[in-house]
Amino acid sequence: MKVKVIVTLKEGVLDPQGKAIQQTLNGMGFAEVNQVRQGKYFDIEVNIEDEKKAKSKVDEMCKKLLANLVIEDYKIL
Amino acid sequence: MKSSVIIFPGSNCDRDMDVALKKFGFKNQMVWHNDPRIPKSDLIVLPGGFSYGDYLRCGSIAAKSKIIKSVIEFANSGGLVLGICNGFQILTETGLLPGILQQNKYQKFICKNVYVKINDKENKYFKNIKKEILELHIAHNEGNYFCSEDELKSLNDNNQIAVTYCNENGNDAEEFNPNGALKNIAGIFSKNKNILGMMPHPERMIDKCLSSNDGNFFFENLIENLK
Repeated sequence: MKVKVIVTLKEGVLDPQGKAIQQTLNGMGFAEVNQVRQGKYFDIEVNIEDEKKAKSKVDEMCKKLLANLVIEDYKIL
Repeated sequence: MKSSVIIFPGSNCDRDMDVALKKFGFKNQMVWHNDPRIPKSDLIVLPGGFSYGDYLRCGSIAAKSKIIKSVIEFANSGGLVLGICNGFQILTETGLLPGILQQNKYQKFICKNVYVKINDKENKYFKNIKKEILELHIAHNEGNYFCSEDELKSLNDNNQIAVTYCNENGNDAEEFNPNGALKNIAGIFSKNKNILGMMPHPERMIDKCLSSNDGNFFFENLIENLK
């Protein structure tokens, strides 16, 4: 099955790219944009059919490699 | 004294480091990341560069490479491990050093000479060093050191902040911070100070006709301390 993961910077951690994107959007006329936080998206195909087991494996992957928990949070979709 | 420089795909300061170590008397060996083990060494160096193309996060893939297990074992047994630039990033990703190097505050790759101040001399790297403010070179996009408040407190309490960015007189005010690093941190030690990670490159500063030669103070002193 496929497992989807989103990794984002934790609240309060400076995100210069997100900030630059926000300022650009504001400059383009999207005045309603208050904040942009940038992140990463992973599409992981595992050869496990049981959803719970697959997600628990991916959780381990997130902790060990995909996210750096000092500054990032992850969400398994 | 024997040293080993680990080469990852994408390392690019490995040969500069080799030249620097040999200049000051180290018997240096180059070790490929896929080699099964590291030869007997008094010092292991993780050089600068862009290991594995900086994929995922700088240093994150190298931190899980085959050779790194031996580096971790060596470090945990008290061996001296020096990580410069990407090497510092790798050390934080392995967890051997706390924190992380984030993208520079102003999103620019910075390549210039800076001054750094040595904050602690009770260690093998800086004990008896003749100069305390060194002119070194930085070249990085991710050198903005960050860690949690608890980690920062622990770094302070254990005198683990090794070097900080400053001006030529040693003033480490925020205006002399090139990349937004927390507390102007340019380099840190592990708790027992056998591991040093720092963004500036001493190996680029060993020849007066190319650059400054403040790197000489660092390497000369290091080999003396290891004898």
